[in-house]
Amino acid sequence: MPEPRPGFFARMGGAFGAFWRTLTDAEFAAQLLRLRRGELPPPPPAPLLKAAGPESALQLLGLLQGSGRLVDFLQEDVTAYTDTQVGAAARIVHEGCRKVLEEYFALEPVRQEAEGTPITVEAEFDAATVRLTGHVVGQPPFTGRLAHRGWRVARINLPKLAEGHPVEILAQAEVEL
Amino acid sequence: MTAPSYAIGIDLGTTHCALAQVDLARSEGDEVALEVAPLPQLIAPGEVQARPLLPSFLYLPHPEEISPADRGLPWGAEHPWLLGELARERGAHTPIRLVSSAKSWLCHPGVDRRAPILPPEAPPEVGGISPLEASVAYLTHLREAWDHTHPEAPLQEQLLTLTVPASFDPAARELTAEAADLAGLRVTLLEEPQAALYSWLQATGGGWRRQVRPGDLILVVDVGGGTADFSLIAVAEEEGVLQLHRLAVGDHILLGGDNMDLALAHVVASKLAAEGTTLDPWQLRALTHGCRSAKERLLGGGAEEAIPVVVPSRGAKLIGGSLRTELTRQEVAEFLIEGFFPGVEVSARPAARTRVGLTQFGLPYAQDPAVTRHLAAFLGRQERAATHLPGSAPEGAGFLRPTAVLFNGGVFKAPALVARTLEVLNGWLAAAGEPPARALQGADLDLAVSRGAAYAGYVRQGGGVRIRGGTARAYYVGVESAMPAVPGFEPPLQAVCVAPFGLEEGSAGAPSPQQFGLVVGQPVRFRFFGSTVRRQDRVGDVLEAWSPEELQELGEIEATLPPEGRHPGEAVAVRLRTTATEIGTLRLEAQPLVGEERWRVEFDVRGGEGG
Repeated sequence: MPEPRPGFFARMGGAFGAFWRTLTDAEFAAQLLRLRRGELPPPPPAPLLKAAGPESALQLLGLLQGSGRLVDFLQEDVTAYTDTQVGAAARIVHEGCRKVLEEYFALEPVRQEAEGTPITVEAEFDAATVRLTGHVVGQPPFTGRLAHRGWRVARINLPKLAEGHPVEILAQAEVEL
Repeated sequence: MTAPSYAIGIDLGTTHCALAQVDLARSEGDEVALEVAPLPQLIAPGEVQARPLLPSFLYLPHPEEISPADRGLPWGAEHPWLLGELARERGAHTPIRLVSSAKSWLCHPGVDRRAPILPPEAPPEVGGISPLEASVAYLTHLREAWDHTHPEAPLQEQLLTLTVPASFDPAARELTAEAADLAGLRVTLLEEPQAALYSWLQATGGGWRRQVRPGDLILVVDVGGGTADFSLIAVAEEEGVLQLHRLAVGDHILLGGDNMDLALAHVVASKLAAEGTTLDPWQLRALTHGCRSAKERLLGGGAEEAIPVVVPSRGAKLIGGSLRTELTRQEVAEFLIEGFFPGVEVSARPAARTRVGLTQFGLPYAQDPAVTRHLAAFLGRQERAATHLPGSAPEGAGFLRPTAVLFNGGVFKAPALVARTLEVLNGWLAAAGEPPARALQGADLDLAVSRGAAYAGYVRQGGGVRIRGGTARAYYVGVESAMPAVPGFEPPLQAVCVAPFGLEEGSAGAPSPQQFGLVVGQPVRFRFFGSTVRRQDRVGDVLEAWSPEELQELGEIEATLPPEGRHPGEAVAVRLRTTATEIGTLRLEAQPLVGEERWRVEFDVRGGEGG
């Protein structure tokens, strides 16, 4: 959004202010000179941070709990149990949560190459998609080894929620009559 | 009514419903635009998702159990029940409110299928609905779901094909057609094994003409969640064009994948019991679910010797409260493969079911779990089904010899079960000196029936080869022979043929030469029989004696002459006439010797009253 342009009196005030400050402030004078040569970079835009709506996060947690008992599993203290016991429970979590992923998300690797193989990252690569690590110097194209293929959600198809459905209830209390 | 835009196939299954569509405008010859329609349904309170399958479960919730907002569907319909995934999930925890296998109840001759008998163990407060109403509810959901996404092409204006088991008797077919009618849909019925074959034909994109030859006998083995269904379809050539004829269908066998999962769960539960752990019903259901996944892994070509099965805790303590056990390859081989698909001789027959009283309550599940024994019985009974075809085995061959097999139903997702069934069948063929039967490849086991039914509708429009067959049974009315009464002896029963085998859809049989006396204003009931093997009988033929293999007794039929224009109590002589209707049901009519009147003879679906 463009800033509003200053009117005549504002500009006159600014011009006199700049005159005196150029005379008395060397740093200001240097900045003004760079500006007149057209060099000053525009100030970086303030990062736009938005809060993710809690609804779909809660819905997903509810699905993972419902199908895979994920919240039960994470809320339990694993130190008290043997690896066999934890492993047995992990199978339930794994099977159920996997079903949720398969049902509601179409996942695909970001890079199709096998992990461990040498690959080339082209000049116009997307930094949000590919993360460079290690000896990051020089100019693209970069060559390196694929350490992780990455995951991308190609499609998402979460169930539609009824208006006013209490998503913060991840699991209902069950009362057997 | 506008011209239909789609040919639609509806699979009203015992455990799942599905709906597939052929876009008629985008289809031409073997190029068919066929898709499975997603079915929106509640998957949890307040959560709606479209899935390809609608579980055939209906749940009658307590008024306080789930709020109206949380049970709303996108099209705003309000029903006193829940359907689909949420119904199945709720019902697993509260079985007294769950209606399942409504389709098996719909063809149960021993119960009144218009009475609110479901759920069978429901306390009076739950209410209950009839098998017919449950079927109407599933079809209504399909209609509402379709109309919601296709407002421009309402379902009732499309070309609809609804599938039924090949073994369904005329009364069950009639009820299915009635259910569709009550749901506002006008359908044509199609036998499920035929639908599976149609799906295969379509999937080959015309290539099937190279995969089968004239003289081939295709055996369709369809084992779904709740039922096993067999059919035989012959390939013939007429004037250079390949034709398909359905020759024979099997009995109604209530045996399917659910029985197999339950059997494995009991095996594992008894192992846990030996270790001192007994499971409550909730845990047993969870175990059944776990066994199903483990079975699929073990039979799906995995190399493991054992798959862990974990019964989750009921409460929040998942790690501390879960039970771990395992299902071994050995157990699956012993209890599933040897139990349900044993290697038996072709002369083997299923353990005989003791004749149940018609008033018995509960579904008449197959007494013998061996699918291969039921198959042997089917091929043995139908040994003469193909003798009229050139090149087939001579009479007295002992069993009918198929040359190809099409597998259908979720059970055959396990390659090991396909392999075992083929191995047993080919063992029989090899012993008889015949070449092995080959498996026809490429069927989509869960959705083939709905896809095939949609394609069949397209074919009826002239888009491809149609499977012919007509009625798969001859029908008989039981009459007492006229003889002096002897105290203590029932007069012997004769069976009079009223409809021949293979009556084509849309054609009427001859009126019976025999006359039957009806009394005006009073319902008169007849015993009614069907035969899947007596192909030669004509209308009016009288059987004095028959084996239980030959004739099966069906529910009774009932005729009532309206009193209009007659004196109550007056006796009228009528002939019976049978029509195979265009939509795939059987219509029985009484017509007086003189005059043009016709009275409908009804199938008894109230169960038990005269039995």
